[in-house]
Amino acid sequence: MSRRASMLFALVFAPAISLAFMSKAVAEEAQRWAVNMPKGATPVSNAIYDIHMIIFWICVVIGVGVFAVMFYSMFAHRKSKGAVAANFHENTTAEIVWTVIPALLLIVMAVPATTALLDVYDTTEAEMDIKITGYQWKWQYEYLGEDVAFVSELTTPEEEIYNTAPKSQYYLQEVSQALVLPAKTKVRFLITGKDVIHSWWVVDLGVKKDAIPGVVNEAWAYIEEPGIYRGECAELCGKGHAFMPIVVNVLEKEEYNAWLAKKKEEVAAERDLAKKTFTLDELMAQGEAAYNRSCAACHAGNGEGIPGVFPALKGSAMATTTGDYAAHLDIVVNGKAGTAMQAFGGQLSEVDIAAIITYERNAWGNSTGDLVQPLDVLKFKQGQ
Amino acid sequence: MAHGPAKGIGRWLFTTNHKDIGTLYLWFSFAMFLLGGTFAMVIRAELFQPGMQLIKPEFFNQMTTMHGLVMVFGAIMPAFVGLANWLIPMMIGAPDMALPRMNNLSFWILPFGFSLLASTLFMEGGGPNFGWTFYAPLSTTYAPSTVNYFIFGMHIIGASSIMGSINIIATVLNMRAPGMTLMKMPMFVWTWLITAFLLIAVMPVLAGAVTMMLMDINFGTSFFDAAGGGDPVLFQHVFWFFGHPEVYIIVLPAFGVISHIIPTFSRKPLFGYSSMVYATASIAFLSFIVWAHHMFLVGMPIGGELYFMYATMLIAVPTAAKVFNWISTMFRGSISYETPMLFAIAFVVLFTIGGFTGLMLAIAAADVQYHDSYFVVAHFHYVMVAGAVFSGTAAVYYWLPKWCGRMYNETMGKVQFWISFIGFNITFFPQHFLGLAGMPRRYADYALQFSDWNMISSIGAFIYGASQLLFIFNVIRTIRSGTPVSEPKTWEGAEGLEWTVATPAPYHTFATPPEVK
Repeated sequence: MSRRASMLFALVFAPAISLAFMSKAVAEEAQRWAVNMPKGATPVSNAIYDIHMIIFWICVVIGVGVFAVMFYSMFAHRKSKGAVAANFHENTTAEIVWTVIPALLLIVMAVPATTALLDVYDTTEAEMDIKITGYQWKWQYEYLGEDVAFVSELTTPEEEIYNTAPKSQYYLQEVSQALVLPAKTKVRFLITGKDVIHSWWVVDLGVKKDAIPGVVNEAWAYIEEPGIYRGECAELCGKGHAFMPIVVNVLEKEEYNAWLAKKKEEVAAERDLAKKTFTLDELMAQGEAAYNRSCAACHAGNGEGIPGVFPALKGSAMATTTGDYAAHLDIVVNGKAGTAMQAFGGQLSEVDIAAIITYERNAWGNSTGDLVQPLDVLKFKQGQ
Repeated sequence: MAHGPAKGIGRWLFTTNHKDIGTLYLWFSFAMFLLGGTFAMVIRAELFQPGMQLIKPEFFNQMTTMHGLVMVFGAIMPAFVGLANWLIPMMIGAPDMALPRMNNLSFWILPFGFSLLASTLFMEGGGPNFGWTFYAPLSTTYAPSTVNYFIFGMHIIGASSIMGSINIIATVLNMRAPGMTLMKMPMFVWTWLITAFLLIAVMPVLAGAVTMMLMDINFGTSFFDAAGGGDPVLFQHVFWFFGHPEVYIIVLPAFGVISHIIPTFSRKPLFGYSSMVYATASIAFLSFIVWAHHMFLVGMPIGGELYFMYATMLIAVPTAAKVFNWISTMFRGSISYETPMLFAIAFVVLFTIGGFTGLMLAIAAADVQYHDSYFVVAHFHYVMVAGAVFSGTAAVYYWLPKWCGRMYNETMGKVQFWISFIGFNITFFPQHFLGLAGMPRRYADYALQFSDWNMISSIGAFIYGASQLLFIFNVIRTIRSGTPVSEPKTWEGAEGLEWTVATPAPYHTFATPPEVK
């Protein structure tokens, strides 16, 4: 081998060979440079992958044929090569042939396409139901019939998003609480939206369905392998559209049952907590954390909102009149119809709501000194 | 006796001359193209790396929205109306458009419509941020306070389009030269005639959609508000009943342009003229009955899904026939590769790729994964940019010598072509990969595994953007100091009445109608 050839060889193959010895690196590299749809982890995602590849290869074959003829004439029938133009401009036979052949091909495609769609739509005989509700900008998961529900929000810190801290591995793909599901179980998702339209998409599960206010859509998944699957909101839903990821944690059935039992205990404990009396400092500390999670996306971390879009809380009449927090409590619990202000009564615990209201009335220069207890929130909710 | 143009600014403000109005439309659309392109550069610069570097997510959404609105309604549509104004009267042997005063009005309300739209960027609350498809309730209950400017702007733009279409239909049906039967009309005229009917049919639907939004926002109705008994999905049905034909409104005149350029530089008549006409008409008809393929995930019953899937797949048949006809026109021709031909060939290749991904998207089951991902972004840019922008650029190079009597710089044109072609593919081809791997569209920020293809896509976008500066430079240079040409027929293989008049085309042409045999 000449020196130049061996250098070329080294240049081309050395990275490939060294990569081959680091299988993890290879996997990561493959994910970074992914060019195709993943096969995914469910029968539906596999069916989708198969129909995708069938249509893709049909298109490739047609494309190669069509472009071959075109590039042949571009090359062979150049004027610079002395080509003289023929004068034909019609051929009924050819025109009929190239109308009929694509039509037949379409029929061939339509058969597997129909079968795959029937599969996607078959939500019958599900073993459990999860209700998924899209909010600006988080997901709520309810385990129907189990009395377990929670909100799942992005946990990637602002510092990573605004580049003042290095980005972690699961940047924008990490949440406060993953949706936990059992493996080898047919799960039906009932998907809806509370404010605007969202879309729940986990590529590996082959599930994407719009979450529309006033509509309950269905989808399903039967996941073979335990593991963590990550997804995103796929329908433009405002400024937090890119910041409401989905994480699905699939456990073996026994582990799942253990998790569910523990989760139920937590729910009960949280209910008891609502009856406790808190100090101002406790509520302010918890309120700041809860506010940043649930409110800061619109009203901003400093309570100033976004002029013309989201109102400021800092200095607002509702949050600065000492002793008069009924309206404040009402708007947080029930939201405000016709605006982006959602009803948090069903999303947050009484403790969180009390803490948030207390925080909002005593932070950023708002100084009512008001202390709203979880019990007040509970009474308000029960009283309406 | 015909007179020349008026002097000063009055010539442009009060003109009823189809060539002047065509020029106004073309310059306006080019200005909008640069504006929409600037928005695209902001988007791609922000997406160059993960994390928010330059702008905030709320402004990012305004950029994607304004990019879409400005490109569709400000750049592409007026560009083809401009071409129609310049060319249709000359192609059919008419002295001018049938309704010249309305022609003036339909142009001059456009700048006002877009001023309303663009001014929102400087207002409290910011510009429209709900995507160019402005789905309710994000665009109603949850819209910024400036949404009424957007609605009024859309009304004005729609009115302009409707007037333009009426004018084109009236001109084509009434003012053809003696002997020019419908089936002797040039393809560009045919495609525009059909497009004009599409516009008249669907622009009022768009007006209806934005009017219902206006009522929901300001007068307490609940057309699209589930809490008041309305339905957000209704909005999508109404929008896409407009939106899908809109896609063909953009691309049919582009087909027309390509059907002129390919025969000219192949020195061979267009293959299958009548099947081209029928294919165009079938595409236009089908465009009305496939709208819900944009809504496969809203929870339609399976019967609806299957119907819209099959109907959409059918569009492949007439579209494929068109591509086969263009290729058969080139086959055994005598082909030369001037800049317009390069753009036309690139159009055929890239539009066909966009057509293939369109067929893939039609498969409702596979659309579960494609829908609202970057795969869709790649698909429609292959259709819109390679379809409308490449053919528009080809048209400008092709007819510019006829318009201004000067020849553009061929080398510069070819350099621009190659930079555009390469930049375009670097920008949009990797977006297929991003979408398939799971990146949703309209994302201000993304997970780390999407970093590399996004960076490559952004680099491509900057290259493609820069190539447009070369285009405008070449055009202005041609108008000011290009080599004069005076032959009526600029191109050896060109056919049609517009190539029988003097070069540059006089201010008034065909004061007496030509005879068409």
